[in-house]
Amino acid sequence: MHKKNNINKLAVGSTVTVCREAARPKQLVRAASVKQEFLIISTKWVRMSKKKGTGLCSMAEEAIKLGENKSKFIDKVKEHLPDGGNLNLCLTCGACSSGCPATGLADMDPRKFLRMAALGMDEEIKKSPWPWLCTMCQRCIYVCPMKINIPQLVYYARQLTPREDRPKGILGSCDVALRSDTCSAMGATEEDFQFVVEDVLEEVQAEQPGWEDLQAPINKKGSYFYLNQNSREPVTEADEMIPLWKILHKVDADWTYGTKGWAAENYCMFLADDEAWEHITRVKAKAVEDLGCKVWLNTE
Amino acid sequence: MFAFRSGLQKYNVEHNFEVKSIIHYYAQWIKEGKLQVNSDWNKDLQIKFTVQDPCQLVRKSFGDPVAEDLRFVVKSVVGDENFIDMVPNRSNNFCCGGGGGFLQAGYPEERHAYGKIKLNQILKTGATYAITPCHNCHAQIHDLSDHYKAGYHTVHLWTLIALSMGILGENEREYLGPDLAEVNLPE
Ligand code: SF4
Ligand code: SF4
Repeated sequence: MHKKNNINKLAVGSTVTVCREAARPKQLVRAASVKQEFLIISTKWVRMSKKKGTGLCSMAEEAIKLGENKSKFIDKVKEHLPDGGNLNLCLTCGACSSGCPATGLADMDPRKFLRMAALGMDEEIKKSPWPWLCTMCQRCIYVCPMKINIPQLVYYARQLTPREDRPKGILGSCDVALRSDTCSAMGATEEDFQFVVEDVLEEVQAEQPGWEDLQAPINKKGSYFYLNQNSREPVTEADEMIPLWKILHKVDADWTYGTKGWAAENYCMFLADDEAWEHITRVKAKAVEDLGCKVWLNTE
Repeated sequence: MFAFRSGLQKYNVEHNFEVKSIIHYYAQWIKEGKLQVNSDWNKDLQIKFTVQDPCQLVRKSFGDPVAEDLRFVVKSVVGDENFIDMVPNRSNNFCCGGGGGFLQAGYPEERHAYGKIKLNQILKTGATYAITPCHNCHAQIHDLSDHYKAGYHTVHLWTLIALSMGILGENEREYLGPDLAEVNLPE
């Protein structure tokens, strides 16, 4: 840990040299107990690299250029999150980065991303593809001593790209899902779904001995479970639904599909489109409520 | 799952139902004796399995308890001695790289690089099968095996449950390898 200098007492623009131990065993071995210079900008720490012209150094210079007046992306994100997502509590320990599978992709890692945001490097963040390479898996939060919500920072960073310029695959899947109440990102309609389920069911009943009574109820009011299904099954591999139905049959489960809201996937969240995500959520919730089911059952 | 659950919270959607994972019920039904799985089919075969803890289900939704349910189900189905865990696991698990829309984001090279940690974790277990109880994990882990020519198979959990009960039809074995194509077929 660095020495406990009271950062607020240090003059803006001055530098201070402190010792700190490496907290990232792999990446920072060479930096262990090396003296590092910190430049004081306002009351924030910025680590200055000894080697001029490296990423961190230019980051710091950029920050100076930007100054403190501009309203920063990170500040807007903080407003959306409980406790501001703890976004200003970073100890720069690097635990997030050393356990993040997206570290190194697009020359970025979660700690660096957070630092850049804290320094107001909004343009660089906007230009980086990295928010689409982070899966928002939350492992960094899990290992972070300060529980800093980097994935939410990433979520809002995705919104810095205009909607129409976000990755086509995600955009297309969200838009297709918005077209119908099935919420299917593969465009399966209510009729498509019902047809496939009934067709597959009839085939099993006719061809598999002992399964004449197999059920795959649709829109059965008052069922306990409302089962949803990823579009992949009805659209591309319908036979994969059969083992699931057989299992539910064996345990005598009281379940139903719904023609509305059955598709389990939701690309609008990945698109970081709040309005669309909310719409999909409401359509699905209404479908369950309308059938009076007690449990929305996910197959995963 | 996560998108729906957190969407309900985030947008304050009033609702009178609960959001649950079927993994939780699989475990409950096995414990209650309703779902009569057993691992006898694998006693002599000794085929090894590992399991991916989906981030959306475990770390981001129900935490370690559902990871325990998942292991209980898997072990009941393939046999204790035939299950090999990855390290780290449960809530501390590494994402496979199939989440967050990565599969549709148009960065396949980066996605394969991201998945290398997962690939190596799976290979280290020596398992022939990776069980993936989530669609995105299934697609990504399957693709990693293809891309890196790793040779392991990627299966849904329902496939193995049905297999262990002797109710898995021959057309329902798409993701099983030749070693399991004929095992425990219904009469
Ligand atoms: S975000 Fe958390 S884990 Fe990452 S460097 Fe900062 S304090 Fe450490
Ligand atoms: S949420 Fe993103 S930054 Fe955090 S560990 Fe996962 S991939 Fe890395």
